[in-house]
Amino acid sequence: MNIPSPLIPASLQARDINFLFQIVLIISAIILLVVAGLVLYSAVRFRRRPGDPVPTQDFGNTKLEITWTVIPLLIVTVMFFLSVRTMHAVDPPPLNRPPDIQVVAHQWWWEFSYPESGVITANELHIPIDKNLLFSVTSADVVHDFWVPQLARKIDAIPARKNFAWIAADQPGLYLGTCAEYCGVEHAWMRIRVVAQTPEEFSQWQKKQLAIPAKPTEPLAVKGYNVFMSRPCSSCHRIAGTPADKDIGPDLTHIGSRQTLAAGVFDNSPGNLEAWIADPQKFKPGCHMPDLQLEPAELTALTAYLEELQ
Amino acid sequence: MNQMSQAQAVPRSIRTIPEYRGLLSWVSSVDHKQIGIMYLLGALLFLLLGLVEATLIRIQLAVPENTFLSPDSYSQIFTMHGTTMIFLVGMPLMLGLSVYFVPLMIGARDMAFPRLNAFGFWIFLFGGFLLYFSFMSGSAPLAGWFAYAPLNEKAYLFNSGQDYWVIALLLTGAGSIATAINVIVTVFTLRAPGMNFRRLPLFVWMTTINSFLILFALPALNTALVMLFADRQLDALFFVSAKGGSALLWQHYFWFFGHPEVYILILPVFGIISEVIPVFARKPIYGYGFLAGSTVAIAFLSFAVWAHHMFATGLGFPVYYVFAGASMLIAVPTGIKIFNWIATMWGGSIRFTTSMLFATAFLIQFTIGGLSGVAFAAVPIDWQLTDSYFVVAHFHYVLLGGMLFGIISGIYYWYPKMTGHFLSEKLGRAHFWLMIIGFNGTFFVMHLMGLFGMPRRVFTYPADIPYLAPMNMLSSCSAAVLMLSLLIFFANLIVSLYRGEQASDNPWEGWTLEWATSSPPPPHNFDKVPYIRNRRPLWDQLHPDLPEARLEAEHEAGGASR
Repeated sequence: MNIPSPLIPASLQARDINFLFQIVLIISAIILLVVAGLVLYSAVRFRRRPGDPVPTQDFGNTKLEITWTVIPLLIVTVMFFLSVRTMHAVDPPPLNRPPDIQVVAHQWWWEFSYPESGVITANELHIPIDKNLLFSVTSADVVHDFWVPQLARKIDAIPARKNFAWIAADQPGLYLGTCAEYCGVEHAWMRIRVVAQTPEEFSQWQKKQLAIPAKPTEPLAVKGYNVFMSRPCSSCHRIAGTPADKDIGPDLTHIGSRQTLAAGVFDNSPGNLEAWIADPQKFKPGCHMPDLQLEPAELTALTAYLEELQ
Repeated sequence: MNQMSQAQAVPRSIRTIPEYRGLLSWVSSVDHKQIGIMYLLGALLFLLLGLVEATLIRIQLAVPENTFLSPDSYSQIFTMHGTTMIFLVGMPLMLGLSVYFVPLMIGARDMAFPRLNAFGFWIFLFGGFLLYFSFMSGSAPLAGWFAYAPLNEKAYLFNSGQDYWVIALLLTGAGSIATAINVIVTVFTLRAPGMNFRRLPLFVWMTTINSFLILFALPALNTALVMLFADRQLDALFFVSAKGGSALLWQHYFWFFGHPEVYILILPVFGIISEVIPVFARKPIYGYGFLAGSTVAIAFLSFAVWAHHMFATGLGFPVYYVFAGASMLIAVPTGIKIFNWIATMWGGSIRFTTSMLFATAFLIQFTIGGLSGVAFAAVPIDWQLTDSYFVVAHFHYVLLGGMLFGIISGIYYWYPKMTGHFLSEKLGRAHFWLMIIGFNGTFFVMHLMGLFGMPRRVFTYPADIPYLAPMNMLSSCSAAVLMLSLLIFFANLIVSLYRGEQASDNPWEGWTLEWATSSPPPPHNFDKVPYIRNRRPLWDQLHPDLPEARLEAEHEAGGASR
């Protein structure tokens, strides 16, 4: 079960924040119990009964009022210092270190790139475990927000501005995330999957992602390749080792290896891929992928080709 | 004419006051009471629309991957819901009660500028209609109620819906500023003889401070709106980062207005609670000075907390320190108020009318909203929970569990004064208990949705994230109960106008000046304005054996601690 909850932290940062949250939760619960208790007690104890005299006309008591000014002041002072401590633990300044991962948010998908190795992928981020990774976040269009609650703080992706944050994972596994800042009609389908792997698995994955896919040989896939290059596909997408080199839509060099399509709308399967290309506006209304008006035969061929891009 | 002078002698119901008969007497009116009532009616109309939108939202979210609404319609509906509830419901409810009761409570015959008062109302109504007209222009606005740049720019939203949004908010904003100026001048110049600022009813205190907040906060919004309009219509590029503008600048402008706005909506409610609790507990307000003073503190601090809406934007540590510190500090004056209200109940003789029930629920629910607010001031917690459903829970506890419960308490309290009829207590109790269940059922669970990773403003959520589906279903079902409770409220407002029990001039034995005149008040408010010697001008009349002057003298001498 994958619950994208900050209460189930899987990294040092998320754990620190969760610890602070628990403290604040306990303090809040106590305050609420005191307030609600006093309100309900007065409501019962002092409710009017027939024949009640006029109650004592009490205008206030400065000492008492100073007390309930100073106590909250002390509580928030403690909370302030705890917050500052956690801020520094969770979000140390990047100190000009180059980022390990670059995140560029788009309406409505994520572009992830690894500057050191040159890997580029979409919507699915792979990271090695037990390593604090610096990621830089920006946006190609409107304001978005990168949020993987179990692994890192949330950070806004703002056009023409670079934000930095740290991400890490303790254990291998799948961690779900999503865009957390409203960014237009398809904001709901801008989901993130973080696959945390052992260093060995991660470097294997990286190697596979760096490999340039072989030219298709099987006739159907060859036909699909031709469709891709001759139709509008290649004017938005990139596939390494081919003339298609645009970066308006997601990089498709290894689309066959991803778990989901359309930033989380479906699982990646040949049937879903074909349905998606046939009518993107049906499954993600408002998204920027147009209906390409392909013939059914072209569609099948194109799907066959893309599925080969493992 | 004969009829008129007869009815004027004993105005028993607002329906029979000759000056208030006929539509023309309302649309052409500069009487603060009629304008106040029209503000409230306008707000209730838009509340109904906002509730329809809320219903559509909860139907869409009841089950995962629902296709009841398209993503486009959903975005329009939540944008209109938020904009409506803040600008067309919260503001006019608050302004309506202010313009109705401030003159009465200070013993004035009307507002200082009656025609400006009418202008404020009509420009608000026009702005509201204009906003809804956008549905007919092809698309309502859909960038959310805070419409972040650059999503609000023409490059992303080319429909004119966003332009309607800009103009509508500019108009209602201008109306709010006009009314704020009017309230300030009224309170500074038209107080009854003897009513100095230490004898001002707390509702008037808070409304006055609130008017200063409006005066300083709304211009920031209006500025940003004009800049956005220039961007959209004249390619001015203020907020277009790609061409040298700054998307983040919008957020600064918006929240410089937006956070004080929250206090603008809640301060008059603090005033209502400070009137209702003493009257029904039969005790003076506890710590008048602290209550008034803490309101001034809130007003100042509210201008130093706006960036806590932007902790995830990467502004940097120095900014976080200042805004986290100020945001936590603002909890202190707010906490003072809660304890002062409880102390007012303590030792009292409390009569649980519907009005008092709502005020009591306010105390607890507003505390929940306040505490989750403090959690957001702790920057790292904000880094996790901002823009999640935890925020949705938080601000509904403040605005619905706090503001609306307080306003409703005020309406049950003042309805007899305004109309001459009591609201039905029977319907009132049904309304109250259903609203408690419906409200808490709808919104408490949203804290958990946020903690389970559900971001706000999504038209749907994946079916395979555990627990989200049952939590949303619970919320949607409770929302139905909440809607039912509000329908009972609407029915009560209408039915009681015709069948409600006749109210006397001072049915709750209140002690502020509005109770010194008839119910409903005659058009000129008072035949004779008394000289004000203390904070409870009507106390001596009700308790001749316990004169206020003696009680105050005893308190000065330290006798109150007995």
